[in-house]
Amino acid sequence: MDKSVSLEPMLEMFIFETLQLIEQLEQDVLSCETTNQLESSSINEIFRIMHTIKGSAAMMMLDNIAGLAHSIEDLFYFLREEKHHDIDYSRICDIVLESTDFIKNIISKLENAEEANENANELTDKIKEFLFFLKGADSISNSKKMLDSEDKQQFYITAAKGHPDLKQNKYRAVLFFEPGCAMENLRAFNIVHKLNDLAQSIEYYPADIIENDNSIEQIRAKGFEIIFNTMHNCEELENFFLNTDLVQRIELSEIEHEYESKSEPHHTSPRQIVLEDADEDLPVRQVDKTSEEAAKSSVARQSLISVNVNKLDQLMDLVGELVISEAMVTLNPDLTELMNLDSFHKAARQHRKIINELQDVVMSIRMVPLAITFQKMRRIVRDMSKKLNKDVELEIIGEETEVDKNIIEHLSDPLMHLIRNAIDHGIESRQDRIKHGKAETGKIRLEAKNEGGDVWISVKDDGAGLNKDKILKRVREMGLATKAELDLTDREIFNYILLPGFSTKDEVSEFSGRGVGMDVVVQNIETVGGKVMVDSLAGKGTATILKIPLTLAIIDGMGIQVGESVFIIPIKSIKESFRAREQELIHDPDGNEMIMVRGDCLPVLRLQEKYLIQSQVVELQDGIIIIVENDSQQLCLFADALLGEQQVVVKALPRYLKRINGISGCTLLGNGRASLILDVAGLIN
Amino acid sequence: MSEVLEEELEEGEDTQKGKFLTFVIGREEYGIEIRFVTEIIGGIQMITEVPEVSDYVKGIINLRGKIIPVIDVNLRFKKEAKEYSDRTCIIVIDIEDLSVGLIVDNVAEVLSIAEENIVPPPDAKAGFHHRYIKGIGKVGTAVKLLLDCDKLLSDEDLTTMNEIA
Repeated sequence: MDKSVSLEPMLEMFIFETLQLIEQLEQDVLSCETTNQLESSSINEIFRIMHTIKGSAAMMMLDNIAGLAHSIEDLFYFLREEKHHDIDYSRICDIVLESTDFIKNIISKLENAEEANENANELTDKIKEFLFFLKGADSISNSKKMLDSEDKQQFYITAAKGHPDLKQNKYRAVLFFEPGCAMENLRAFNIVHKLNDLAQSIEYYPADIIENDNSIEQIRAKGFEIIFNTMHNCEELENFFLNTDLVQRIELSEIEHEYESKSEPHHTSPRQIVLEDADEDLPVRQVDKTSEEAAKSSVARQSLISVNVNKLDQLMDLVGELVISEAMVTLNPDLTELMNLDSFHKAARQHRKIINELQDVVMSIRMVPLAITFQKMRRIVRDMSKKLNKDVELEIIGEETEVDKNIIEHLSDPLMHLIRNAIDHGIESRQDRIKHGKAETGKIRLEAKNEGGDVWISVKDDGAGLNKDKILKRVREMGLATKAELDLTDREIFNYILLPGFSTKDEVSEFSGRGVGMDVVVQNIETVGGKVMVDSLAGKGTATILKIPLTLAIIDGMGIQVGESVFIIPIKSIKESFRAREQELIHDPDGNEMIMVRGDCLPVLRLQEKYLIQSQVVELQDGIIIIVENDSQQLCLFADALLGEQQVVVKALPRYLKRINGISGCTLLGNGRASLILDVAGLIN
Repeated sequence: MSEVLEEELEEGEDTQKGKFLTFVIGREEYGIEIRFVTEIIGGIQMITEVPEVSDYVKGIINLRGKIIPVIDVNLRFKKEAKEYSDRTCIIVIDIEDLSVGLIVDNVAEVLSIAEENIVPPPDAKAGFHHRYIKGIGKVGTAVKLLLDCDKLLSDEDLTTMNEIA
C-alpha cells in the first residue's frame, strides 16, 4: 500500500498499463503458437501493443524498453506486410516471450524503486538477426511468389474500381534515411535492386552511388531520388518502401501515366509517409489496415475503465456507513413519539431497498473474473512442456468465475505451483504414456466453479497419480505419522504432501522437488481463508482442489456478547454451540478448564478472563459454550450469549494498536458500533 | 502599517500556520497545531474496548465508516481518570496517515500564537516533566502548553530513549 502511494502517479499508470498489455501480448502470442499461424488481426494487435509500450516507455525515459519494443515492432511490421506461411512461429514466440520477460523484470524493479537500466541490446540484436534472416529468405526465394500474388491483388483492386488493368505509371520517389544509419549509398543500391522486381526503367540520382563515396553526403542532404515505371499502385509502392530498413521518410509522387490521363487526383500530390520519426508522433503510425481494427478494438475497450482499488474501498466504506445511518434514521427514538408513520415507513422501506442494491453493486465491482490468472498458466505450461519435453495440453473451464480482487492476488502463485507439479510429477514421459496406452499428449484441466459461498478451483492432470507407498515411506522416514498406517484413509495419506518440506522426489529439478511448492500453495490459500484438498487415483491422475471464499471483505459472522463487548466469530469456524453445566467441567492442577464433548476432551477458554472483561455471567449454565475449529483443532469459547448471525465487512485494526492476540480485525455493527473479529486460529494456538 | 500587510500576506500563504486548537486537561490548557486536527467529535459515544492494550487506549470508534483508535489524554499524561461528561470531546488528529482520537475534557478555542510568543519548555535537567510539550505559548497573561503530537502517539520507551540520547 505504502509502496503504491510513494510511486508517482505517472509511473504507476505506466506500470499498470504495460503489465496489462504484456499479459494480452503473451496470450496472443501463445494462441498463435497453438494454432501455428499468425492471424493478421493478432499481428495487428501485437503490433499495436508494442507500439503503445514503446511510446509510453519512451515517455518515461525507459530507453531500454522503448528500444526493445521498437525492434519487436519492426519484426511484426515485417510479418504484417509480408504474408508468410512458412515461418518458425515458436521461434517468434520465444523471442517475444523473452522480451516480455525482460520488460516485466524492469517493471518489477521500477515498482520496488530500484535502478532499472539493464541493457536490452542482446535481445534487440537477436530480434534484428532473426528479422534479417526472415528478410534474407524472403528476398531470394519469395520475391517471385510475392510478385505473382501482388499481381493478382492488383487485378482485384483495379477491377473493383472499374479500371482497366496493366497500366504502367511513372513515379518519382525521394527517400530519406534515418540520420546516422551510415552507408546510405549501399542501402540505396539495395532498394534499387529490390525495386527491380516491381518496376521497370529505373533511374536514380545520384547515379554513381556505388562508385562514389561522396554520394552519401548527397543522399543525406537531398534524399535519394528514384524514377521508375510500374504497374503497381501508389499504396503498394508505399508498402514496399515502408518495408525497407532505416528509411525515415518517403516522398512518392506520380509523374505521368503512360497510357492514361490522370484519373486519380490524390496520386499526383506527393504523399508523405513518416516512418520511424521518433516517438512523439504516436498516432501517425496507424497505417491503413490497422487503423480500422484499432478503432474497433478501442471502442470495445472503452466499456472498461480501471479504477484504483483504494477508491473502491472508500466507496464500500461509504456504503457501509450509509447502511448504518439509514438504521439510525429509521430507528430513531424520536420517531416513537410521532403517530401515523405509515408513509414514512413506506418511504423508509424503499430507501432500504435501494441501499441494499447499492451494497450488492459495490460488492460486485470488486469481483474480478479468474480469466487473467488462468490465462497466465498457459505460459507456464508452454515453457515447462518445452523444457521437459512433454506434450501437455491445458484445458481451461469456467474462467469467467468471479472472485474478490484481494483473493485473486493470492491465487496466482498457488496455481503456478500446482501446474508445475502436475507437469513435472504428474504427467509421465511420452514413452511411458504410450506404454500405458494413454494419449501421447498429457492433459491438465484447470477448472473453476461457484458452489455456495465458495469458489472451487481444481487442477487435474491425467498423469500417473500419487504413489501411496512412496508417500507412506517418506512419512515413516520423517516420523510424521500420527496414527497407525492402516487407519489412514487415502485422503489423509495424500494430505501429507501438503506439509512443508515434504517431497517424494529424490532429485531437485529446476521446477520442483524441494518440497516447498505445496507448502506455498497451502499458505497462500489459507491466508485467504481457503482449503486445499488432494485426491488421486493411481494411473489415472491427480486432482488438487482449492476451496476459497468468494470474498474476504465480507464474512458471515456470529455475534457474541461478553460483558459490554460484542465480538464476531467467523461462522465457518464455528462447529456448534451448547449450554453446559458447571459440573461437567474438568479442572487440571494448573487451573485449566476442560470439557468432555462426545468423548473428546476440549479446552475451555473464558473470553471474559482472557480479555479481562467485566461480566455478570460467571456460571457456566448462564452463558454459552461455542466450539470453534481450525485445522481440526477445537476449542470451547465461553461467552455470555449469542447475538445472532450477520454479514460483516472486515476491516483491518488501526495500525496504532499493533497486533492483538486472537483478534484478526474489526468491523462495524448495524448499530454503528465498532466490534472486534476473533481470530480462531490465533486463539487456539 | 506595513507590518500588518506582511502578516496578512503570510497568512494568505498558509492560513493554518501559528494556529492552535486549545483544550483543557485538568487545570491546564493545552494547544495542538491546527494542521494536525481533522475534526472534533462532541460527546463520548460508543467506544469499543480493545483488550491487551495500554490503559490509556480506550478502544476504537467508528468515524464515518473508518475505524480509529481513541486515547484518553488524561491517562496518557498519567493523571487521574475523569468521568466523561457532555463537555468531553474527541479531537481527531491525523499524523502521517495515522488517525487517532484524543479524548480531552473540554475544547476551548482556536488561537493564533505568534512565534515570538512561544518559548521552549524549561530544560530537562531542571527535572521538569514535559515529555509531550514542545513549547509554551503566551497569550496575554495566560499560558498554553503546546503538545508534540508525534511524541504523544509514539512509544513511551522510545521517547525516553531519544531524550537520553
